[in-house]
Amino acid sequence: MKIKRSVSDQRKKQRYRIIAASAAAVILIAVALLAPMLSPNDPYRTNSAIIRHAPCAAYPFGTDNLGRCVLSRVLMGARTTIAVTFFLVAVSFVIGTAIGLLCGYYGGRIDDLLMRVADIMLAFPQMVIAIAVAGILGGGIAGAMTALGITMWTGFARLSRSHARTLRGMPYIQAALLSGKSGPYIMLHHILPNVLEPLLTNALTQIGTTMIGISGLSFLGLGIVPPQAEWGSMISESRAYIQIAPWAVLFPALATILTILVFNYLGDAVMEYRMAERHT
Amino acid sequence: MKRSAPLLLRRAVKRAAELIIILIILSFLVFALMYAAPGDPAEKRLTSQGIVVTKEILQAERERLGLLRPFFVRYGEWLGSIARGDFGVSFKDDMPVAGKLAAGLKNTLILSSLSLLISLAAALPLGIVSAVRQDGPADHLIRVVSFVGNSLPNFLISVLLMYFFCIRLKLLPVIASGNLRGLLLPALSLAIPLASRFVRQIRSELIGELQEEYVTGLRARGVRERYVIWKNVLYNSLGHIVTMAALAVGTLMGGSVVIETVFRWPGIGKLVMDSINARDYPVIMGFVLIMGTIYMGVNLLADVIAGILDPRILNTQK
Repeated sequence: MKIKRSVSDQRKKQRYRIIAASAAAVILIAVALLAPMLSPNDPYRTNSAIIRHAPCAAYPFGTDNLGRCVLSRVLMGARTTIAVTFFLVAVSFVIGTAIGLLCGYYGGRIDDLLMRVADIMLAFPQMVIAIAVAGILGGGIAGAMTALGITMWTGFARLSRSHARTLRGMPYIQAALLSGKSGPYIMLHHILPNVLEPLLTNALTQIGTTMIGISGLSFLGLGIVPPQAEWGSMISESRAYIQIAPWAVLFPALATILTILVFNYLGDAVMEYRMAERHT
Repeated sequence: MKRSAPLLLRRAVKRAAELIIILIILSFLVFALMYAAPGDPAEKRLTSQGIVVTKEILQAERERLGLLRPFFVRYGEWLGSIARGDFGVSFKDDMPVAGKLAAGLKNTLILSSLSLLISLAAALPLGIVSAVRQDGPADHLIRVVSFVGNSLPNFLISVLLMYFFCIRLKLLPVIASGNLRGLLLPALSLAIPLASRFVRQIRSELIGELQEEYVTGLRARGVRERYVIWKNVLYNSLGHIVTMAALAVGTLMGGSVVIETVFRWPGIGKLVMDSINARDYPVIMGFVLIMGTIYMGVNLLADVIAGILDPRILNTQK
């Protein structure tokens, strides 16, 4: 028989994983925020004299088809990807949670209607909706965010609704009602704090998926459009001359993989920690 | 089993009815979105034909394409003809949309089923090993690999595979042709993230099943471990695995748009991207409806199969 590792040891290990992943995520966010200061060159300045230049001291990641510095563009791309993703997840979080709380707390016809809408959204492959919506809206950041947000709010709505429904019957909610608190007050002060943890975990796990979605749409030309630096569109732009200048594709690809890995790892680590908590 | 069969049938009929309602609502949403969309298909069409656009010509073209009639009239007519299997004609070249979609669908089906097959063939053994040897070295390796694979966007995989296999090693063709060699990279691009997700799902499903009390019971009675896993645990998880594969069809549909565009595989995904760029609305609308129907149909079928394989699932649904 294998000796099971003690529970506290396992918890400690899980906690270290979360700390390590958070540290990596914080570094990435810092890089994104400080991108203009860290960039060695202007990410948007084209220079016909140094088109597709191999990596060198002045341009550590080389230059692209228009002579732009790839390193500077990768750094600025971090800003675009991370900012767009966080904004989109935050908006979906707020809208989804608000809808979920209202539906769960009040129930009734609005609940039926909105949950039906959520069902329809979930009855459908997310990326197909996203591509069709972004395609019809004609690309651009707003179009891509709408396209992905249309399905993302449902996760938050369902989660907060189910919690609100179970909490509604709790004695402390009854007590708050009897002391004359209004519905919105109770939702904000008594229900929301209890739902926040699972909702935040869900938000965390959505970050990686959203990054994949945003860069995928941009790659197809349906998201962030050039010249704005974004990894998906950079890869798509540089793909045509990958034979001559592979660095213009490989560095943004590496950045994308690294970023998604870090955020997915963080999401996994937190999920595992919470799952273990429930079992003990 | 005898009592669950009619229940299963009732559920399936109810779900099928819901499916039709959802499709009608969806068709309305798609149509409304097209209606409100920026860009004028009449103008796009004329300029693509090299015609100098004047106000009169533009107006006549809009009239001809039926773009000037009221919203609900157009929606009603469109829905009516779709019910008869007529998806209208393409704005781009006047060809029937149904024919275009059918031709694309056939190619997409070839690519997607190959990817699904590869994914399942890779994920089932890996997931089983990972769950049975939980926390062993093999499990750790499989978990790391599947975690990374699950995090990779498929457009990235396709570009990287193309770079290494076609350009650096010159082993495979850049453009997907009909034969297996040409299909290998597009299928792998779709299969790598999918198989990784499968491994993770199969692993956690099996680990959960292995903790059931009946497993302890079987082991206590001295039933051989191999027998427990193959005849009991795996069989009991089959329903969930079918559901998992059906849900993956949605991922494949989204992914094939990207992969077919990269490898120029003439499937429905490439067709829809070309149509988006040409603002060819009838094709886009047809694409969404067809994909929705197939996806929901596959999932309905999977639920029925899962219900037959594992009647316990029926109790957890709704």
